Amino acid sequence: MKTHFLVHNKADKVGVVVVEGISAGETLTGWLMEGDETIEIKANHDIPIGHKIALADIGNEDTIIEYEHDIGRAVADIAKGDHVHVHNIKTKRW
Amino acid sequence: MTKRSFLGYRRENGRVGVRNHVIILPLDDISNAACEAVANNIKGTMAIPHPYGRLQFGADLDLHFRTLIGTGSNPNVASVVVIGIEPGWTQRVVDGIAKTGKPVEGFAIEQHGDINTIARASWTAKKFVQDASMKQREECGIDELWISTKCGESDTTSGLASCPTVGNLMDKLIAEGATMCFGETSEITGAEMVCAERAADEATKQKFLDTWGSYNDFINRHKTNDLSESQPTKGNIEGGLSTIEEKAFGNLAKIGHKTSYIDVLEPAEEPSKGPGLYFMDTSSAAAECVTLMAAAGYVVHLFPTGQGNIIGNPIEPVIKLSANPRTVRTMSEHVDLDVSGILRREMDFDQAGDALIDSVLETSSGRLTAAEALGHREFVLTKLYRSA
Repeated sequence: MKTHFLVHNKADKVGVVVVEGISAGETLTGWLMEGDETIEIKANHDIPIGHKIALADIGNEDTIIEYEHDIGRAVADIAKGDHVHVHNIKTKRW
Repeated sequence: MTKRSFLGYRRENGRVGVRNHVIILPLDDISNAACEAVANNIKGTMAIPHPYGRLQFGADLDLHFRTLIGTGSNPNVASVVVIGIEPGWTQRVVDGIAKTGKPVEGFAIEQHGDINTIARASWTAKKFVQDASMKQREECGIDELWISTKCGESDTTSGLASCPTVGNLMDKLIAEGATMCFGETSEITGAEMVCAERAADEATKQKFLDTWGSYNDFINRHKTNDLSESQPTKGNIEGGLSTIEEKAFGNLAKIGHKTSYIDVLEPAEEPSKGPGLYFMDTSSAAAECVTLMAAAGYVVHLFPTGQGNIIGNPIEPVIKLSANPRTVRTMSEHVDLDVSGILRREMDFDQAGDALIDSVLETSSGRLTAAEALGHREFVLTKLYRSA
């Protein structure tokens, strides 16, 4: 079974697409590395390789968790399956 | 288990190198032309031009000397010809390198001119390169190898796979007595508390936090925006990294799970506490960072890349590994080790770490890296502030 995205830790709110050519509407298979679990999620957008997908709904100003840690904040409401990147999350530093 | 070994060059001071360079080293910007002329005259030597060395002062001047002396002292270098505009500072570099016991000679241009200086330096360079060509490699243990690491043009695949591959190697080789270092002070921002906890003791932890805090204050003093497109870089963002915090956690995966760092080094400072892992205060720009690590005495560099940073260094071989299948496909001439199989679940971290160890031992025994074969010799001095 092809793995479309990877998730570092169970606590993470985002996963990383690791294949090229993901289109909106596709159902993706993911590997949750912590605990070696398989999860599925439907992509709401085209997502380039290396870019993130939301694993759950995330509210504006919510903290984004990846690597079990705070990697920034949402600057828009993000739905499960959305492309997550600089258009909807920002650093809390600098 | 039999001790891992490679074929290296044992130098006069006991340190082990993996290359046998004869370098023509300018003290300052205006001596580059003479150095390049000597390297052109005498085959098998290498000029290392750079843009600085005039009117620097204070800590910035100290770093300039430390970097040049460290570069010449690196065990990958057999011997050194130093050329400077005047004899005083030229001799300071010569005296620093001479402490290693290796052949080194300085030439000053004032009162001689370029042509006469090039002629005199070429005679010495000819002797040095012929003598160096007699040196033989001998079997050396992994506990004699100094390995640095820094990643570049990272993307999310770096944090998922190529950086953890370095971490896997680090956990194995530190346990076997290797000396290693990581750095990139600004790029630990967001993960600084996690990094602080990896210090071997309280004093080292505090030294790290002070070093990180000072760099962060400097950035905050000069910033005009949130640093988007600088840190993370435009390439990082193209590759899917959204924030400095996300980049930092991926970066930190290079130090594995078991290893603690035993000291915090100044830029280009030689480690002095024996084998183990060190943190070095460096910029996160690839060539600046690798130049400082080479000047500290590290002889082989591990460089995970996501989007495909193509950097090399004149004296320290840079081994590139990438887990991004697009980069491996489109830029394969730059990639020494493809670990994209981790993302396809065809390779685990243990296998990737072992493959990287094999690559390190092959490179250390003489196999040229992609960057060496392609002629990448980026030598970039870190300048702390304007000259006087």
